[in-house]
Amino acid sequence: MAMKFEKKEDGKYMLDVCGYVCPHPQIYTKKSLEKIEEGDILELVFDNPSSGETIIQMIDQGGHELLEKKEEGGKLIYIIEKG
Amino acid sequence: MENVEKRNQLWAFIVTGAMILISLIYYSANIYYIYLVVYIWFGFAYGMMLQYGRFCMASASRDLFAAGVPRMAVGVLIALIFFSIVGVFLAATNMSTFHAGPLGTHELLGGIIFGVGMVLAGGCASGSLYKIGEGNGTSILSIMGISFGQAIFVDIGGVFNGLLPQSWIDNAQAKAAAISWLPADKLTSWFDHYFVGYIFDKPQVILSDTAAFAGTGGVMKYFLANSLINTILPTILVIFAIYYFFMRKGHLKRTKKALKKAGKEEKTGLGDELTGVWNMITASQRTTLMGVLIGITAGIHILAMKGMQLRFGVSNFGELLTRMGHVGDLSSKGTVFDPGYWYITTQEAQFAGWIMEKVGWNVTDDVFFGVMNGLPELWRNPALWMSLGIIFGAMVMSLLNKEFKWKLPKGELIVWGLGGGLLMGIGARVALGCNIGAFFIRVAGGDPGGWLFGIGMVIGGYGGVKFFNWWTERKMAKEMEAF
Repeated sequence: MAMKFEKKEDGKYMLDVCGYVCPHPQIYTKKSLEKIEEGDILELVFDNPSSGETIIQMIDQGGHELLEKKEEGGKLIYIIEKG
Repeated sequence: MENVEKRNQLWAFIVTGAMILISLIYYSANIYYIYLVVYIWFGFAYGMMLQYGRFCMASASRDLFAAGVPRMAVGVLIALIFFSIVGVFLAATNMSTFHAGPLGTHELLGGIIFGVGMVLAGGCASGSLYKIGEGNGTSILSIMGISFGQAIFVDIGGVFNGLLPQSWIDNAQAKAAAISWLPADKLTSWFDHYFVGYIFDKPQVILSDTAAFAGTGGVMKYFLANSLINTILPTILVIFAIYYFFMRKGHLKRTKKALKKAGKEEKTGLGDELTGVWNMITASQRTTLMGVLIGITAGIHILAMKGMQLRFGVSNFGELLTRMGHVGDLSSKGTVFDPGYWYITTQEAQFAGWIMEKVGWNVTDDVFFGVMNGLPELWRNPALWMSLGIIFGAMVMSLLNKEFKWKLPKGELIVWGLGGGLLMGIGARVALGCNIGAFFIRVAGGDPGGWLFGIGMVIGGYGGVKFFNWWTERKMAKEMEAF
């Protein structure tokens, strides 16, 4: 099992932490948001619902924006713009 | 997608139906098992609420330190306030089953060990149970770690007894000689000597029973001592401290930005500060709402258990097991573990102890199982049914919300789950309880020692977060090219 952090194109990144449970999805998300630039987009893919509530609040408090939130085949996908 | 939804609903009905069927089977076997059934359904209710609110005390300190998110810390504190208020009426009407724990620094030390463990494992004792209900395999390992960690920890002796101060050993043996219900041959493990020779002498304090409140009567005594002074005021203090250290800067920055945008003077006052505190409390409505409900439910649970005890004229489920002829389940005192309220860890130690006993490890030759808690068959263990209720309640809620998914533990998660669980088990035995029994229940019941465990959990949680931050940075730098 490995998480994936990829640069999809300029200003767009993808973090896949499927299979990981608390606290890993929230910590990896925080670290990823710290690494990318303001205005960049992070597509977060995870499947641990318990991490979702914390991640949403983290996005809000960090001044980032949750552009989209969807569920596909048991996976949760959050599209986040770094603020 | 519709098929998944229908399949989930079907499974939710099957699980709920199975719990109803089990309850009916117990009821038809003997009316006394109603006592056990009450535990099942309170566990079920806790499980549903814990899952819906993502209510895990590990995230109270972990998310605060790791992500600056206070939602769970606030949720726990709100639950404490409501639980303590219900507890006032229970205590005032003599309908409480609460008993304080021995007060001492062992609670702080146990809390620190437990705090590190819960961060590593990714869930506290109650959180790990509800996460099993979500299909989280790492949490199964955590619970195994807690269960076997405790059972082994309380039963090992030999060379480990040599690590204890001689005064504890002498004191324990003197007590065994003097106390009729404490057979000397049960004094075998290092934990027995720690428990009897050290913990026994610690005072058990409920604030309302202290001399300071001797002159205060009725409900007011319990409200002032247990609820207001021991719970509500410290809780409000912690809420404001969290706001001040974690939220205030960001909130005032946003407020000033909004004022500037509106063309107003960028000046903030007390009203803005209070708005900030309120925003923090209501930021995660589902967690805060579940905090309120869990607090009230935990109070009603105590009332229900006391009602059962009065109905059957007993003070412990062991007396009912005796009436039913199951004396082999009992401790030498004639009791089994029956907390009378929400509790997690001891029944899990009994689960592991039961398995160890079946494979030939004699665990009843000690004080923990042999004298204090007994080792009932798993299907006659009331508190263990409460834990199972939590798992199945959470499973039903996660199925209904399309959140159930089997996630087998792999790679590093196996190490974190087992290792964290083991530390939680050791911490829970050192402190004689976990995040529920040693913190949540004790604080709201008026036992100041609960805060010692709580402070320990926060310190341990901070240490666990520091470790995980270092680990994550290292792993990301090593494995992820885009970094």
